[in-house]
Amino acid sequence: MSVLKVENIKKRYGKTDVLKGISFSIERGDVISIIGSSGSGKTTLLRCINFLETAESGKIYVNDDLIFDAENPCKLTPAQKRMRQLSFGLVFQSFNLFPQYNVLENVTLAQRIMAKSLPDYSLHKKDILADINERAVALISRVGLSDKIVSYPWQLSGGQQQRVAIARALALNPQILCFDEPTSALDPELTGEVLRVIRDLAAENITMIIVTHEMKFAEDVSSRVIFMDEGVIAEEGPPGLVFSNPSTERLRAFLNVFD
Amino acid sequence: MSFISITLSLLSGFCSTVYIFLLTLVMALPLGLIISFGSISGFKPLRWLVRMIVWAIRGTPLMLQLIIVFYAPGLLFGLPMQSRILAVLIAFVINYAAYFSEIYRGGIESVNKGQYEAGQVLGMTKTQVFFKVVLLQIVKRILPAMSNEVITLVKDTSLARVILVPELIHSANVYVSKGLIWPLFYSGVFYLVFCGILTLLFGCAEKKLSYFRI
Repeated sequence: MSVLKVENIKKRYGKTDVLKGISFSIERGDVISIIGSSGSGKTTLLRCINFLETAESGKIYVNDDLIFDAENPCKLTPAQKRMRQLSFGLVFQSFNLFPQYNVLENVTLAQRIMAKSLPDYSLHKKDILADINERAVALISRVGLSDKIVSYPWQLSGGQQQRVAIARALALNPQILCFDEPTSALDPELTGEVLRVIRDLAAENITMIIVTHEMKFAEDVSSRVIFMDEGVIAEEGPPGLVFSNPSTERLRAFLNVFD
Repeated sequence: MSFISITLSLLSGFCSTVYIFLLTLVMALPLGLIISFGSISGFKPLRWLVRMIVWAIRGTPLMLQLIIVFYAPGLLFGLPMQSRILAVLIAFVINYAAYFSEIYRGGIESVNKGQYEAGQVLGMTKTQVFFKVVLLQIVKRILPAMSNEVITLVKDTSLARVILVPELIHSANVYVSKGLIWPLFYSGVFYLVFCGILTLLFGCAEKKLSYFRI
């Protein structure tokens, strides 16, 4: 059973076809890197999967449940929308931490809001919140920021902010964790600490989709690489094959730029 | 006519000034937010209608609006406005709500789109994102502009005099007609002190929100 199956996703902006029919599926524990030049549709694909954009055609299944069908858009209740959304976690290029909340509050905010709709919330409020905090503290230490727990985003470096964003996404236990160029907004000396955290997650068998321009990293960490070009998947396969023996001219040209 | 008795009579005018100020603020602040939602609405006809109204209100003097609100119902529909203070409040609330709405709009549009998206992917509803995530950022952004507008309101209350509502300047003017000019100058002290207190309050609020940066 594949944890995620994407079928024939198409998306256009105005007259430009950005995605021309993307299909792929991933298994639990897979780490998929999506590479390709700017404008090839990588980020749009990730945004469609995370419902930040609505695809014009295509289907998305999570654990064989159909959660998105462009042909049959049905009205979802807020609870259904949330359930669908929470299958995925997304780490943004520009972090998007909430500036008025400290690190711990950033990681716990969504859960604290959700907890309020639990039936026994008022009865066990203290226990529930303590539980949420405890898990968050563990996640924050997992990304190496135990000493920054009460710092505000502006007091952190870009790399630290991105690690908080990763902890925040993990806090909701997504089935699939997505990264949209997680190190593109960082100074070169800060990318290492973020990539290290993602590597650790891969070692713990967390299912991930990573859109990245870090070729060396993609080669090391992924179980499969997808090369996108002009809105289609031009090539895909295990990293060893894709990087050392590209079969298309486009991928060869693309990889040459990085050498 | 001692200094004390004049101070007391100016104080009674000042009370009415504060009354107009507070009631206008309490009603115009939420109304402005509703208007700002209209002016950024995705529904074009509504957006244009709201923007036309805001244009008309910001494009004409508040003094003229006061006169229209007070006299127009009687002249046009034969239903004369019963209460002068009500006319003042209606004109002030509409006028200030229009200005506030533009300040809110600037604040709302300045919030990074990524904040809404981050909220959404964390499973929050649009309402939750607005109240838990972006509202405080908007407040922080608009505080200086709001402080400006609120301080202007303090002094605009003196316009109520054109439809004969007693307020601070009106009380001071009573003495001018008796040949005493200094109470009019003295009334300025009341405005100064009131605006000074408001400036301090806004300063406190800005300081309170300085713990984070946008």
